[in-house]
Amino acid sequence: MAQKPATTAREMAQVETIIGRILQVGVIFSAIVMLIGLALFLITGYSGYEGDFVPRQMGMILAGTWQLKPYAIMMLGVYCLILTPVLRVVVSIYAFYKEKDHLYVAITTLVLIILLIALAIGVKG
Amino acid sequence: MIHTAIIMLAVGIFAGIAGAILGIGGGMIITPILTLGMGLNIKYAIGASIIAVIATSSGSTIAYLRDNVLNLRVAMFLEIATTIGAIVGALLTGVLDPKYLYLLFGCLLVFSGWNMYRKLRRGSEVLQRVEPDKIAAKLKLNGTYFDKAEMKDIDYQVENVPAGFSVMFGAGVASGLLGIGSGAFKVMALDTFMKMPLKPSSSTSNLMMGVTAAASATVYFFNGAILPGIAVPMALGILGGAVIGSRIMQVLPARWIRIVFIPIILYIGFQMLFKGLGVHF
Repeated sequence: MAQKPATTAREMAQVETIIGRILQVGVIFSAIVMLIGLALFLITGYSGYEGDFVPRQMGMILAGTWQLKPYAIMMLGVYCLILTPVLRVVVSIYAFYKEKDHLYVAITTLVLIILLIALAIGVKG
Repeated sequence: MIHTAIIMLAVGIFAGIAGAILGIGGGMIITPILTLGMGLNIKYAIGASIIAVIATSSGSTIAYLRDNVLNLRVAMFLEIATTIGAIVGALLTGVLDPKYLYLLFGCLLVFSGWNMYRKLRRGSEVLQRVEPDKIAAKLKLNGTYFDKAEMKDIDYQVENVPAGFSVMFGAGVASGLLGIGSGAFKVMALDTFMKMPLKPSSSTSNLMMGVTAAASATVYFFNGAILPGIAVPMALGILGGAVIGSRIMQVLPARWIRIVFIPIILYIGFQMLFKGLGVHF
């Protein structure tokens, strides 16, 4: 164990509680958005778009959500769900920073950069 | 349409429970159900599955975080390897013939089943003797968890960090390529290579899956592999199932968890292999 296990354990418990809360909020928010989209889709029986079309550009999804198109709202919910783990990484950076654990601030920031690269590849590809 | 949504919701709840208990992210269950059971194109099955993985991971980490079973530092450090792997894998999926996706998937399932069986033979959950490890100490990877079944705190150390890191890269590629959480590989890296006990291994791997899957899911999201009519009800079912599953996991002995799922995983694995080889029954 480390030299001061009591402090480390307490700090980690704190970090984990914060991360847990953030994750919870993110997951519940995406679930609500998906639920609204799904409910609209089932009630109206219409996706909001012609045929099997699925909106996948951010602009189109946001515009469609504004017009209450079920598929747009569902895709927005899915996107929020994809972002929850990313959010968790962001919060972890802050938590490790508060803990003055510079090594893990660096490690976690590196993970975030890799995720942003994935996002860039996704948007371009 | 309502019919599809209800089936997906039910599949989601089942996959969520199973995924949280086994730490396999639900993806290994969902792709076979969607392709073999419902005849969906494997590309869309993988898209739905990667969303399912995120839902499983996020849903069950909520429960694990409260119980202090997981090791956040181990997760963060190894995510460097899994996220890079996931991007590589997601980009590869576009290039590969679906036939190979089925074959790889089948091999993966058969391997996982065998791996679980092997652990079962090894006997009960014993804390493995671990040599003090320099890298693990430097990276502060050693930890403690509270075992609910035994009602006590258990300290553990990890070793063999470079090997674990390499296996994690492979796990990331598999995750991105097949839309799975590749929890089996992650648990293997943690428990076989790094000698972490099963319970922190499973929940740490569960946490890592979400971040790994987010890396490949963004690629899938924008290339059109995600069908909202399928992915959404499934994700909602999984969120519910994952919360139930992680509760069950903490009170069930590890051995029973495995006994129940080995035959199912093996059976599905062979089905996927046959499909990849073009054999029909």
